[in-house]
Amino acid sequence: MSALSALFVREMKLATRVGGGALMGALFFLIVVTVVPFGVGPDLNLLARIGPAILWIGALLATLLSLDRLFQADRDDGGLDLVLMGEAPLELVVLIKCLAHWTATGLPLVIASPMLAVFMNMEPVAIGATTLTLLVGTPALTFVGAIGAALTVSLRRGGLLLAILVLPLTVPVMIFGVSAATAAVQEPVPFATPFSILAALGLFSMVLGPIAGAAALRHAGD
Amino acid sequence: MRLIDYANPTRFLGLTATVLPWLAVVTALTFAVGLYLVVFVAPADYQQGETVKIMYIHVPFAWLSMFCYVTMAGSAFGTLVWRHPLADVSAKCAAPIGAAFTFLALATGSLWGKPMWGTWWVWDARLTSVLVLFIMYLGLIALQETIEDPARAAKASAILTLVGVVNIPIIKFSVDWWNTLHQPSSVFRMGGSTIAASMLVPLLIMATAFTLLFLVLHLMAMRNEILRRRIRAMRMIEAAGAE
Repeated sequence: MSALSALFVREMKLATRVGGGALMGALFFLIVVTVVPFGVGPDLNLLARIGPAILWIGALLATLLSLDRLFQADRDDGGLDLVLMGEAPLELVVLIKCLAHWTATGLPLVIASPMLAVFMNMEPVAIGATTLTLLVGTPALTFVGAIGAALTVSLRRGGLLLAILVLPLTVPVMIFGVSAATAAVQEPVPFATPFSILAALGLFSMVLGPIAGAAALRHAGD
Repeated sequence: MRLIDYANPTRFLGLTATVLPWLAVVTALTFAVGLYLVVFVAPADYQQGETVKIMYIHVPFAWLSMFCYVTMAGSAFGTLVWRHPLADVSAKCAAPIGAAFTFLALATGSLWGKPMWGTWWVWDARLTSVLVLFIMYLGLIALQETIEDPARAAKASAILTLVGVVNIPIIKFSVDWWNTLHQPSSVFRMGGSTIAASMLVPLLIMATAFTLLFLVLHLMAMRNEILRRRIRAMRMIEAAGAE
């Protein structure tokens, strides 16, 4: 257990120090959301309606962009081989790495989203709901993305391929995230139903991601 | 005679050499019968007219788009669990065929949709989940094409294929849910039992014909892939000897 907590601390240190690029994702998120009104026009009513979707798409893209660093840096400096040979179960190592990665890159997105929601002219209820769905949904994106990151770890330019592999798998998270966020403001649909499914997807990917990611890392070695 | 007996590529090539001509003849005959029934015998729909005949190629394509993925998933399981040497060849060769069938299912569906629904594309649950399946095929092909070493490419794509198997029901289910939320009126509904026998028989024959076509194409692609790998190995030996 102490090895795993040490790993978490190490990952956090690496992500927050120079060259870690932890806040790069949040910056990208800001830019994506800023670009949208230029595309669809500054109609505040329209922006309020599509706001949750824009925030979700921005968070999805920002998560995908940061994912290629998840295992690549460790592979480059040989740390991955040590982890593979270590005693700690590889699945748990992947889980811890994902959690640390999410804390460093996903959590800033969640924290930034209420401010960006104000740009989108969203109502307070919608802002709260969207932030809550992002808080539950972005870990799922990281865990699913870890599979793609592990599959493309040995490739030189794996970033684009990673996005291609991971995006179709994130469709359910996206659907239920946006559904829950819009259900909070639209009357007939209950918020709890899509939100519980989103939470279930998060828990499910928390199991699937580390197992599949660890399998991919094992085979990437030989 | 067990599956492992055909782990030897030479033996497998011998088997395909004997089976393929017969299989090709049977496929051609089934197609001849099926197309005859579709063009001359099957009745035109009282509402849709002759355009209903698109169904006889559209439904087999849609069925095969899923059958191909199941084949790939079985092969992926064979690669990872039994390390069957031909399983990854099978998985690799099924991917482009599956992508082609999925594309044709989307294309024929679109051609059918234009006269029937008045639009080429609807964000209907079924259409959307097939589109996601198509993207997953392309992603698998991209992954196989990116990793140079065939053995490593096989394992990576096997893992992704199995992850896809787990995810496809979830995607299908979530897309259904998404659709019902935004678009309550179902545009397209066709239960198997509602089809008249005069249409069902040609449809089943066409589905069999296309499944046989898949088998022929798959075996041919596997044979080519084995030969391609042999050439690759020979070139590597040659290159190593030249130094």
